[in-house]
Amino acid sequence: MFTQIADRFTSIFNRFRGSGTLTEDNLKEGLREVRRALLEADVNVGVVKTFLDAVTAKAVGESVLKGVAPGQQVVQIVHDELIAVMGAADSAIPFAKAGPTVILMAGLQGSGKTTTCGKLARMLKEQGKRPLLVAADLQRPAAIDQLKILGGQIGVPVFHEPGLKAPELCARGVNHAQLDNRDVVILDTAGRLHVDDALMAEVADIHRRTTPHQTYLVIDAMTGQDAVHSAKAFNDRLSLDGVVVTKLDGDTRGGAIVSLRATIGKPIKFVGTGEKLDALQPFHPDRMARRILGMGDVLTFVEKAQAAVDETEAKKLEERIKKNKFDLQDFQDQLKAIQRMGSIKDLLGLIPGVGAKFSELNIDESVFRRYQAMIGSMTKYERSQPELIDMGRRRRIALGSGTSTNDVQALLKHFLTMKKMMGKMGDFQEMAARLPDNPHLTPEQLANPQAFMPNPNKLFARKDDQDALKKYRQERKRKKMLAKKNRR
Amino acid sequence: MFKALGRFFTKIKEGLTKTRKLIGGALRALIGLGRTIDQTFLDELEGTLLAADIGVAKTEEILTELKRRYKAGEVAKGEDLLAFLKQSLRAELQAPDQELAWAAKGTPTVVLVVGVNGAGKTTTIGKLAARYKQQGKSVLIAAGDTYRAAAIEQLGIWAQRAGVEIIKSQQGGDAAAVAFDAVAAAQARGHDLVIIDTAGRLHNKEHLMRELEKLRRVIQKRLPEAPHETLLILDATAGQNAVQQAKIFKDAMGVTGLVLTKLDGTAKGGAALTIRRELGLPVRFIGVGEQIDDLQPFDPDAFVNAIFGDE
Ligand SMILES: Nc1nc2c(ncn2[C@@H]2O[C@H](COP(=O)(O)OP(=O)(O)OP(=O)(O)O)[C@@H](O)[C@H]2O)c(=O)[nH]1
Ligand SMILES: Nc1nc2c(ncn2[C@@H]2O[C@H](COP(=O)(O)OP(=O)(O)O)[C@@H](O)[C@H]2O)c(=O)[nH]1
Ligand SMILES: [Mg+2]
Ligand SMILES: [Mg+2]
Repeated sequence: MFTQIADRFTSIFNRFRGSGTLTEDNLKEGLREVRRALLEADVNVGVVKTFLDAVTAKAVGESVLKGVAPGQQVVQIVHDELIAVMGAADSAIPFAKAGPTVILMAGLQGSGKTTTCGKLARMLKEQGKRPLLVAADLQRPAAIDQLKILGGQIGVPVFHEPGLKAPELCARGVNHAQLDNRDVVILDTAGRLHVDDALMAEVADIHRRTTPHQTYLVIDAMTGQDAVHSAKAFNDRLSLDGVVVTKLDGDTRGGAIVSLRATIGKPIKFVGTGEKLDALQPFHPDRMARRILGMGDVLTFVEKAQAAVDETEAKKLEERIKKNKFDLQDFQDQLKAIQRMGSIKDLLGLIPGVGAKFSELNIDESVFRRYQAMIGSMTKYERSQPELIDMGRRRRIALGSGTSTNDVQALLKHFLTMKKMMGKMGDFQEMAARLPDNPHLTPEQLANPQAFMPNPNKLFARKDDQDALKKYRQERKRKKMLAKKNRR
Repeated sequence: MFKALGRFFTKIKEGLTKTRKLIGGALRALIGLGRTIDQTFLDELEGTLLAADIGVAKTEEILTELKRRYKAGEVAKGEDLLAFLKQSLRAELQAPDQELAWAAKGTPTVVLVVGVNGAGKTTTIGKLAARYKQQGKSVLIAAGDTYRAAAIEQLGIWAQRAGVEIIKSQQGGDAAAVAFDAVAAAQARGHDLVIIDTAGRLHNKEHLMRELEKLRRVIQKRLPEAPHETLLILDATAGQNAVQQAKIFKDAMGVTGLVLTKLDGTAKGGAALTIRRELGLPVRFIGVGEQIDDLQPFDPDAFVNAIFGDE
């Protein structure tokens, strides 16, 4: 159940590899795995069928390209087709020529409407707009307070009048915006189930009374097979203009996006990637396709790494490594950078082929904190000359950092081994090849920042993923054979 | 009392009828035709199970077993098939005898409520508080979500509706301290039940999971055997990610049971089957609406019958 699709996907590759031509048969077998991957990603079962029919039509009609393994070709077709289904990125909000632009937000309970209203308002304000939020969720307790607090956080006024029905309240909100010279009105509505006729009629009424310029469905990325039903019902009632997908900061594959695109054909306008109000991003169909196929979201990883690492710092560090000048201070900086990138496990999960290896692994991130505390307790001199740290100094460092001299000893040993290895450790491909077959990595291996640093641009360039994986597997195979031989 | 009961049945029926229309309809059509079990038939059946979010692995398991039985001559007709399917699903879903594992007399029972964002934690707490208050228990609820905007106000309204006491702090306050205070207050004032709300969090955020573990440790400083129950709230509309949620929350927090919310929609919550099989976590209650009495003890027969469209 928890096996990573990436692994299986690679094995499809390998099965296709060497077969030379694309026959009906091997296509079928490969697509069965693709089907599985899509279903596990929560793409609706009906949508999967249509999708695979389209892929089959494409693959069979196309002649096998010279020099390309047929498996790869099929995977490419699947990948491209997924992107095509999800549609081009489009996060433009068309504004009204005259008067305030009205945006209506609708969706199921708990999908993230109120938060997204706040996020949108914040984004528009930053773009120089004068938004108004309207609190029209009269169902959920304290929903109005919630929006008011969010409005307060971003300095956007929130309109609400007690005692009114939601459609009337929204209509007045739009009026109020006009009087107050606001150019965008965002209507936050109550969550409702698509089968709740009374509430669906209510939101249709809001739509009628306010004639929004944009109506967005807010949907949780974790949604399963049911996504098609709710999306269709909301679209039928409100003729949606777009969709906002929330909670993509989770580890769901997000196949619901494919389902709803295939069902209602409306563009994904934005995605929510966190609880904070700045966590609203444009949609990237290419990344989503890779994520749904379980191929790892490498681009997100690179972005995170980039955000955490200062490019010039990284260059400097590379220089120092080359000149064998890497010291404990550099080590400390790297540890900090890694921590800024967030959970190590999350990050590893983003790398194709690596995720599976770590899924069962319990990474003890406290080792990073311990290391930092110890280095923090060292003098400048000690950091630049770790070789000279003697027993007396070790004792002092241990005392200062609340660790033991053994811990300090371990850190120093780790550091020195690492320094030695550094010359040889060029890039991620090698790092991947070095991963031991046993998923229980030692803290040293985990704490080896060379695995992630110093130049993420170079290390995780997208075209390299597959090669890295290949190399890594070959290396692993070789090692296994070697081990076998040795045993004999 | 009878009115409430009647309302309950209507609710369940309403919710489950919608379910039935989708799944039951398809299956009934299959079976009603008196068809033999051939590949097309199996494909259709597979589609029906998958559409319920039962998941690929579980679905395949069911189909394999079905084929085995067919070959062995145990299943030949549609009726046999339905019986087999129901039985295999129901067998896995048995809930424990007790709704909650109650603490020894004189000690408050502590229930910790956890889950991803927007799953229905706060609402479920309101419903649970009302349920046990009605059963004559003295209930205290704790506003342990100090993060989300107006989460404390939201739970405050539920406390009023249920007529129970609430322990709370300011937004941005220390959730663990609130939980600790609640347990201490319950001990001092002799409450029977303390239910602790927590901020929604995605299970893949390690720092947030650690924060939750800390909250539990802090409670244990006051009452070592607490929490007596840790309930994971799952949204029935969630797909296969629910399994991952359950796995990680269980590992980190020792979850003891599930509450499946929003079953009043068309989603079936089939992921609960996989969770039960892989993690052994039983569903304790289901949420069937936004009102205070829209909470029901989980009934595996009703759940399975609803899936297959039988009363
Ligand atoms: N239809 C329906 N709605 C529900 C049910 N349970 C909860 N809800 C709604 O789902 C939304 C989210 O519920 P909450 O109780 O606030 O969820 P939560 O898990 O506490 O959310 P956060 O604290 O924001 O993470 C609210 O609008 C609830 O009214 C249910 O069983 N059926
Ligand atoms: N992690 C995460 N949480 C989110 C996101 N969007 C909303 N939430 C959370 O989901 C829950 C429900 O959101 P809310 O806006 O109240 O949903 P509504 O009921 O549809 O208005 C809250 O706990 C939010 O903080 C997101 O993109 N990522
Ligand atoms: Mg809301
Ligand atoms: Mg809550």
